[in-house]
Amino acid sequence: MITVTNLTKKFGGFTAVDDVSFDVQKGEIFAFLGPNGAGKSTTIKMLTTLLHPTSGKIDINGFDPVIHTHEVRQSFGIVFQDPSLDDELTAYENMYFHAVLYKVGTDGLRERIRQLLEFVELWDKKDVLVKNFSGGMKRRLEIARSFLHHPKIIFLDEPTIGLDPQTRNHMWNYIKDLNREEETTVFFTTHYMEEAERVAGRIAVIDHGKIVARGTAAELKRQTGTANLEDAFLQLTGRTIREEEASGADRMRSFAQRRGIRR
Amino acid sequence: MSTIYIMWLRQVKRYLRSRSRIIGALGQPILYLLALGYGLGQVFQRAGQGNYIEFLAPGIIGMSVLFTSMFNGVEMIWDRQFGFLKETMVAPVSRFNIMFGRVLGGATVATMQGLIVFVLSFAAGFRLHLTHPLVYTALAVIFMFLIALFFTALGTGIASMLTDFQGFQLIMSFVVMPTYFLSGAIFPLVGLPTVMKYITRIDPLTYGVDGLRGSLIASNTFALGFDIAVLAILSLIMLSIGSYLFSKIEI
Ligand SMILES: Nc1ncnc2c1ncn2[C@@H]1O[C@H](COP(=O)(O)OP(=O)(O)O)[C@@H](O)[C@H]1O
Ligand SMILES: [Mg+2]
Repeated sequence: MITVTNLTKKFGGFTAVDDVSFDVQKGEIFAFLGPNGAGKSTTIKMLTTLLHPTSGKIDINGFDPVIHTHEVRQSFGIVFQDPSLDDELTAYENMYFHAVLYKVGTDGLRERIRQLLEFVELWDKKDVLVKNFSGGMKRRLEIARSFLHHPKIIFLDEPTIGLDPQTRNHMWNYIKDLNREEETTVFFTTHYMEEAERVAGRIAVIDHGKIVARGTAAELKRQTGTANLEDAFLQLTGRTIREEEASGADRMRSFAQRRGIRR
Repeated sequence: MSTIYIMWLRQVKRYLRSRSRIIGALGQPILYLLALGYGLGQVFQRAGQGNYIEFLAPGIIGMSVLFTSMFNGVEMIWDRQFGFLKETMVAPVSRFNIMFGRVLGGATVATMQGLIVFVLSFAAGFRLHLTHPLVYTALAVIFMFLIALFFTALGTGIASMLTDFQGFQLIMSFVVMPTYFLSGAIFPLVGLPTVMKYITRIDPLTYGVDGLRGSLIASNTFALGFDIAVLAILSLIMLSIGSYLFSKIEI
């Protein structure tokens, strides 16, 4: 369903994604595990037509994002690392606007929205403005929305960041159920080891733009000779704390925090 | 078509729901109307130019349309990183339709803001002395919308090239404020020094304010048809440039 060959992205002289190759099968749940600044979001942006690769090849559902942008965009749903809801619209309106953009027919649309919102337990809040939602509720709404147009692939970029364990647990249950019911392929990024271990079939560990290991959680532990994935992860990526230069998005994120506009 | 409509609808709904922002954005025009209107009214009258509030009101309407439009355009920087616009960037629809819908919505909002200032200016002493007030008010709304269209497209184009708010202050200082002060919004276009005369002539807002003044107090420097033509052509050019820049956005 996803095939990536020798994918590289350079920002000026800096290589954010360095000669990455992997593939994801239909119906699989695949995790991209890596510390901050590893190149996870940059990879997702290239897979989802938001960034042009410097070199390498991508195949999404049989299409190349650089050439067949439109077909690729029809194939996936996405939950971005940063919020992408309209705060001044209600939950229902956010869903409805998405349906219009993706040309989901109006027949049975209300029913589909109800089904998904009930699934993430937000149907009774459907007429509440999103700005009154908690971070967890917004995330759940984004997940429901990403499934609305029956995409073949779902991309989730650090979907659980900043959520409490209860919400996180719930959220993965929804995603796993939807993955089963709709046979949606799921590609997600995370820096939580236990999340990758518990949810994903296969994991690729990425660091400094390179894939340093891949396989099931058990295989990763065997490869590194460690008892748990956390140790395997530290073994693979080292113990130094990551300091990266702030990008434009980072600067805006801290601006948002200073102004008290959080997700 | 549905994309344009939904993007337009979203801007309008957001506007109508953010009452505090509507009111907040009225502070500046009211201040200008009162401070300039009453502060300079005497001087203006003594110089034989007539009632300054009546002269000023169309300029202040133009100003608030300018500010609302540019703000709306530049707000896109935020919208595409943390807002709904980001979601539209991966939707299987043409970027031009997204941009056009958003600009139309922003321009509609700025026009509504201009209309509110228009109504408020009556409280400051502005009066219409025309025989067909409704016809001329409608004409004024057309001018407000054209000003709004041009500057929302300009703001969107600029925002397409910026990755964060660092450039925002520069835009305010070097685009928005000069556009306002050099447009004839607060002084008459006649009898200016030559340099100023040419500067005002290349400021798009000049034609908008002139059109507003022509519509509301029948005092225009250029022909109204000429004002409309200039604004319409500039808006088309700006929309083309803006949508090109928008289509190239990478996040
Ligand atoms: N637009 C950009 N311009 C320059 N550098 C960038 C840009 N986007 C990301 N980077 C850099 O690329 C690296 C990888 O970023 P990212 O893919 O966001 O990491 P992750 O999502 O794994 O935390 C970081 O060092 C980041 O600062
Ligand atoms: Mg990231």
